[in-house]
Amino acid sequence: MTQDHGAQDIVLRLTNITKRFGALLANDGISLALRRGEVVALLGENGAGKTTLMNILFGHYTADEGEVEVFGQKLPPGLPGAALRAGVGMVHQHFTLADNLTVLDNILLGTEPLWRLSLGRGAARRRVARLSQEFGLAVDPDARVGALSVGERQRVEILKALYREARILILDEPTAVLTPQESEALFDTLRRMVAQGLSVIFISHKLHEVMAASQRVLVLRHGRLAGEVATADTSREALAEMMVGAEITPPAPSPARPGAVRLRLAGVVTPPQGTRPGLRGIDLDLRAGQILGLAGVSGNGQGALADLLSGLEAPQAGRMELDGVPVRQWSPRAALAAGIGRIPEDRHRTGTIADFSLTENAVLETYARPPVARRGLMDWRAARRAAQDLIEAYDIRCPGPEARIRLLSGGNMQKLILGRVLEAGPVVILANQPVRGLDIGAVTYVQDRLIAARDAGAAVLLISEDLDEVLTLSDVVRVICDGRLSPEFPRGSKTPAELGQWMAGAGVDHAA
Amino acid sequence: MRLEPIAAPSLARRLGLPALALAATVLVASALAMLAGADPLATLGLILQGAVGSKFAALETLNRATPLIFTGLAVAVAFRAKLWNIGAEAQLYAGALLTVVVGTQAGLPGPLALPLMAGAAVLAGALVLLGPVLLKTRMGVDEVVTTLLLNFIMALLISYLLEGPLKDPMGMGWPKSPALPRDARLPRLAEGLRLHWGFALALICAAGIWLMQTRTTLGYEIRAVGLSPQAARFAGIPVGRVLVKTALISGGLAALAGFSEVAGLKGNLTADLSPGFGYTGIIVAMLALLHPLGVVVSALFVAGIFVGADSMSRAAGVPTYIADMLLATALLFMVLALLLTRMRVVRG
Repeated sequence: MTQDHGAQDIVLRLTNITKRFGALLANDGISLALRRGEVVALLGENGAGKTTLMNILFGHYTADEGEVEVFGQKLPPGLPGAALRAGVGMVHQHFTLADNLTVLDNILLGTEPLWRLSLGRGAARRRVARLSQEFGLAVDPDARVGALSVGERQRVEILKALYREARILILDEPTAVLTPQESEALFDTLRRMVAQGLSVIFISHKLHEVMAASQRVLVLRHGRLAGEVATADTSREALAEMMVGAEITPPAPSPARPGAVRLRLAGVVTPPQGTRPGLRGIDLDLRAGQILGLAGVSGNGQGALADLLSGLEAPQAGRMELDGVPVRQWSPRAALAAGIGRIPEDRHRTGTIADFSLTENAVLETYARPPVARRGLMDWRAARRAAQDLIEAYDIRCPGPEARIRLLSGGNMQKLILGRVLEAGPVVILANQPVRGLDIGAVTYVQDRLIAARDAGAAVLLISEDLDEVLTLSDVVRVICDGRLSPEFPRGSKTPAELGQWMAGAGVDHAA
Repeated sequence: MRLEPIAAPSLARRLGLPALALAATVLVASALAMLAGADPLATLGLILQGAVGSKFAALETLNRATPLIFTGLAVAVAFRAKLWNIGAEAQLYAGALLTVVVGTQAGLPGPLALPLMAGAAVLAGALVLLGPVLLKTRMGVDEVVTTLLLNFIMALLISYLLEGPLKDPMGMGWPKSPALPRDARLPRLAEGLRLHWGFALALICAAGIWLMQTRTTLGYEIRAVGLSPQAARFAGIPVGRVLVKTALISGGLAALAGFSEVAGLKGNLTADLSPGFGYTGIIVAMLALLHPLGVVVSALFVAGIFVGADSMSRAAGVPTYIADMLLATALLFMVLALLLTRMRVVRG
């Protein structure tokens, strides 16, 4: 019904888009229309097909069926250049900026004509300045991009699109890397754009942002359009139901009974790596039977802390104690031997080996010991049995233990990693973004298992960029910002807005 | 046009495409023969006949395949770990050198001579690759460059030694080493058969490497490191140590090619001992998809083409370079076929 009136106002129309990846139907006959001057939110679980749809619109993928129309003109499929010229701009989740160039250079990159001596930088600079003022995108045009914060980089990306006269802007999960305050600023920019007649598609899976920033919501589920509503006419609960197809029950963990400190960090420092900050003298206690949630904007030292606990990195200064005993030799093997179970952030590249079978992946951390190996010889029958046990105990949907793991969905892959970790009977569990990108069923499964592990006495460190997840699961919350930690906040003692202050860096400095 | 991965390639695709690649190779070879002014079918027939047409021809092919199995295995083992050993040629010569040095020592007890020579050769080949791999794991130096350049260094070193300290005093001035004594020569597999024990050793090595890769923890580690060093490191596999072990095995295997050529066939060391066996080993390993048993098959195929082309060229007057072109096209088509078994081309 929304597509009927004001047809002349429609700037973008996707008709009946279908895209298959092998057996997976990523987009199933999706149609949508975007009007001049509106923000449409594209809501859906990870894996629902949002990014695929936008990649088709932008020409990164070719649809199997359906077509894309921009300002009434059909777009030739598979040509990102055509989408750009038609006035479609996209801001990806992962920025595409050159760190060593200035903001202005990044914006101009690719727009300069090849055969002209003067670049007309003066005029360009004035235009960038005007755009950034008009849309509230404050950023210094002469700053090197490498020195900018994530929020500033995102502004550069948006400026880049606006400079190329984009009339339609696609933002792919723009708030995943922002503090609540930065997100507010972004929404303000979106409102200004819309007021100027631009149109925005805003991809997200965060309900409150969708409610705050959009006029209309399209919900995708399993590659299909599950619903379309005006934001004013709906609620978070209704959207959530549309998203997952059933009423969701977030896990409500029983109160924790924290025990002794299993892992203690005192004044630990690790060196920064590239643009990634190190740890700048942190104290951290992980207690048995407790989930400590680490909130923070991505890239503030979570990676360094995860690498430290994984054994990939050793402290440069400070003390690390396991059950009161100082750690000397530190390596992934030492971490495993000490009973640290590790769920890595990147399950595709760190947690598993894509071209290994389930069996081979199941024994990645135990392959050198009986029963899987004796005196350097692999016992593949024992390994297969171990894999089979994991498949059954953790409900891993797969063709069998000999299937290559790259054929599995993210959720099933994560269940294998989870099983591998939990079956080792870990004392400490590092869960780094354990449910990112999983469907709701797998999310609940993984979270319930982590809570069960806590109740069985494990000390859990949960690292997540999703504040809601941290608040739901954690018995204690700490915030990481620029390699430093906030004090411990017991469950329920801080509102998301207050935590946002800490995430943005206010307060951490006095505490350290 | 672009490539899209295929989740589970069909059997027809997996068998048909390599067959197609072989057919395309034959077509190109025919075209080349015609360019040289010969009848293409007759030329191919002559190659086949020259490779396996008689007992003598077949034995010659097996002899030629022997060093290729060793270097092919050396490359296959290293490439499995994504250790790009381009220096099998240098390791081969290091093995040949130590074979001669140890084998010509006076007073070497007879039955111990061959094992000692082989052991020294393996050690030398392993050490030649140890330097590049340590530079790679410690300092991130690209092993492609170091192993490739070592080939030239080793060739010059051998030339120097053959003109100097290793020169055979009875050699009429030719740059060659003294000959190995009888006890230090690999015996023939059977009396009157022109095939030596080096071939059997090569087959044993192929089987051994296959067992190592599939049955041992080291084989598992090597495959893990090759497929994903990041995941391997995270899982606690000592990536650097695995690479060093891989290098020692790979270098040792290539050195055995030198040992087998000197002790089994030539009896002494000359600077032209290897007509590029080390480099051809790369083709052998790639054609075999790095499978150790496949290496035996592809080494026989490659050796057959070389031997057959030699004899064809004598009979038909087509240059033997056709053998190199044949192998090159076979490799290119095979690589393309393998890519297309896993990927499909889509329009748009």
